[in-house]
Amino acid sequence: MNQSKECRTLLHELSNLIDGTISPELCAELEAHMKECSNCRIVVNTTKKTIELYHQDESLVEMPAGSREKLWKRLELGEYIGKVEKR
Amino acid sequence: MIESNKQPINFSLEALRSGNKAEIAAMVEHFMDPVYRLAIRMTGNEQDAEDVTQETFIKVIKSLAQFEGRSQLSTWIYRIAMNESLMSLRRRKPLQNVVEIDSEPADDQSEEIQIVDWAEKPEEELLSAEGKQELDLAISNLPENLRSVFTLRDLQDLSIEETAGILGISVANVKTRLLRARLKLRQDLSIYYRERIPREMQP
Repeated sequence: MNQSKECRTLLHELSNLIDGTISPELCAELEAHMKECSNCRIVVNTTKKTIELYHQDESLVEMPAGSREKLWKRLELGEYIGKVEKR
Repeated sequence: MIESNKQPINFSLEALRSGNKAEIAAMVEHFMDPVYRLAIRMTGNEQDAEDVTQETFIKVIKSLAQFEGRSQLSTWIYRIAMNESLMSLRRRKPLQNVVEIDSEPADDQSEEIQIVDWAEKPEEELLSAEGKQELDLAISNLPENLRSVFTLRDLQDLSIEETAGILGISVANVKTRLLRARLKLRQDLSIYYRERIPREMQP
């Protein structure tokens, strides 16, 4: 990837751009650059997608039933197994 | 999305501190999955994650009387869970230097940046069993100091400030590590998908 000054700025500010924590001026500047530079567009889109995929994947992870039961017992809260409603 | 961190949590600190078992059980139920997720991302295996989750709640319950409420209950629990995860990693890999320093600039690219447009691939492919395996592999390959920041900020959905507080590092440091973590994960997934996207679709 041949990097122009704008490409380097974009890479440096990538997280802030994705999190929306840059000034509106810089944001407009980077967005204008992305319209011209397909490489930067791909980097931004695939980084966003990376975060999104991990987030989606994460929400599917639950503690296995056997581990839950061991936890309740270890905490001497065995009588609450399956009886507590999520708040 | 993991929502537990964003919702106001209705636990009575007074009841928790006085050892009210029903209230403690409700707290355990509420935080069990988030703590387990943090632990499994940090330790990389179910057995250690189970142990870390147990140790975390034992410590939480033991220290509730001292919890002053200066930080959010969730932040305090995640701090304990992160410490337990790091201790577990050190027990398993005692010889490895697990505290990496942030010597590289955030945008240092020691390898060529991969330009592969895989973001539009269908979700069912990206989150297929094989795709998920690749996600797990990429995150487990991150150095521990990047993995902890990514886990708290992007997986547990905590703010930059909360992440900094939990890890005891500066906000600037969190931002640097977060950018490096995101770029490294993106790079690894791009290398993986480069082989799986027809050449004519690559720029």
